[in-house]
Amino acid sequence: MKKYLKNFYKYRFLLYEIIRKNVKLQYRDSVLGIFWTFLQPLLTTLVLVFIFGNVFGKSNKGVVNYPIYLLCGRLLFEFYSQSTKRAMRSIRNSASVIKKVYVPKYIYPIANVMSTFVTFAISLSVLLVFIVIYLIKGGETAPHITWYLLLTPVPIIILFMLAIGVGLILSTLNVFFKDVDYLYEVFCLLLFYMTPIVYSVEALKITNKAFKLVLMANPMYSITEMFRDCVLRGQLINPHHLLYALGFAIVTIVVGGIMFYKKQDKFILHI
Amino acid sequence: MSKPAIVVDHVSILFNLNKEKVDNLKEYIIKVLKRQLHFTEFWALQDINLVVEKGDRVGVLGFNGAGKSTLLKTIAGVLKPTKGSVKVDGVIAPMLELGAGFDTNYSGKENIYLYGATMGYSRKYIESKYDEIVEFSELKDFIDVPIKNYSSGMKARLGFAIASAVEPEVLILDEVLSVGDAKFRKKSENKIRSMFDKGVTVLFVSHSVEQVLRICNKAIILDHGKIIAQGTAEEICKLYQEMTDKK
Repeated sequence: MKKYLKNFYKYRFLLYEIIRKNVKLQYRDSVLGIFWTFLQPLLTTLVLVFIFGNVFGKSNKGVVNYPIYLLCGRLLFEFYSQSTKRAMRSIRNSASVIKKVYVPKYIYPIANVMSTFVTFAISLSVLLVFIVIYLIKGGETAPHITWYLLLTPVPIIILFMLAIGVGLILSTLNVFFKDVDYLYEVFCLLLFYMTPIVYSVEALKITNKAFKLVLMANPMYSITEMFRDCVLRGQLINPHHLLYALGFAIVTIVVGGIMFYKKQDKFILHI
Repeated sequence: MSKPAIVVDHVSILFNLNKEKVDNLKEYIIKVLKRQLHFTEFWALQDINLVVEKGDRVGVLGFNGAGKSTLLKTIAGVLKPTKGSVKVDGVIAPMLELGAGFDTNYSGKENIYLYGATMGYSRKYIESKYDEIVEFSELKDFIDVPIKNYSSGMKARLGFAIASAVEPEVLILDEVLSVGDAKFRKKSENKIRSMFDKGVTVLFVSHSVEQVLRICNKAIILDHGKIIAQGTAEEICKLYQEMTDKK
């Protein structure tokens, strides 16, 4: 164990350099550069608000403030899907290095989750702007900001853990089976609609018990709800959500860690 | 007697050569169910024993497919031996393929730090070597240009400049001295020679007997994954020459 920590300590610079590289290169060559981290969630949220708030309607009953509600879900989901997809491809994309130089391989999926986290953290400022605007506007749609806002890091940390775990699992699988890449694309689309991002569970009035159970079993559901408790509803996060999501994230990390550790020496033969 | 720099202890490496590459799930499951997953076992290295003392410069000779690169990759820690163990004392700088850690969208300058980090060096340390690297690579005018616009010679020059500037204790050279133009080749050879004075240990793969004679004091010949001869560079080079002539 000590050996591994020492090794990680030696390669911490690599972790830092890869994060730095990913963030720097993401918006290089685009005219607006880093502004896209704000613009992209802002514009896509506007589209979703227009479509699901006005055209389809009805899906947002009981929601204090639909734009903020939607933005919360979208920001978290975008981080989850982007970071896990990048982590999934990271080993294959770094094949040229892994084949030639010794580096601890787990650095790659972890660095990719972390670099996505950096852009996610920057994009949270869009949410802040939305909250401030609606607070100033006041009235019915004002978000309830209380001391519980301080608990915001809790769902974010759990989400981060979940992304690391899923990233390790996917990156391992993807080395051996490229199909995982395509399958996961579809899975993410399914997950987007299975997570209450554009709708609220209350508004759906689900009667089918099995369907409701599937919906609740999704850790992204617990995480987004906890996040909304903090920044929108101003209430204490639901302890059931907390325990379930945390447990799920820890199990994923353990499973991912073991899978990755057991298979990492074989990577080089397959990439 | 100080500790040897490299100890390769009964190392064997087994590759499973798939007859067809199975990399999608459907095929894999079908083949497992039909028990059609045939592998051809191939021992790339067989029971290799090698001790390299500090300051030794060992040339590795052998025909194509003899296992030279596999051996170096095992010593560099890229491949894990199927049997046996490898112990290395000191910092290794593998120059297996120059520029392997580069990102093509990154500029030369940014790649220096990235490449340094890939070898486990801090930003601060690379900073202190930065001028030396740029000067040696002769890329001062192109240092802010993305690597994708570099020629292969320029990439190799930058890679060599970084790997040699960090003062490693063990240097692994896999045919890297055959890159660049004649002038740069000469320069890199001199650079490596200057590192000998600091007591660097070298493992050197080359097909050029003259180069091995110039650089190494010891040599081994690999054939079909086995060491078939080892001794001083002169003896071994002579033997290798005879082997080549015979074939």
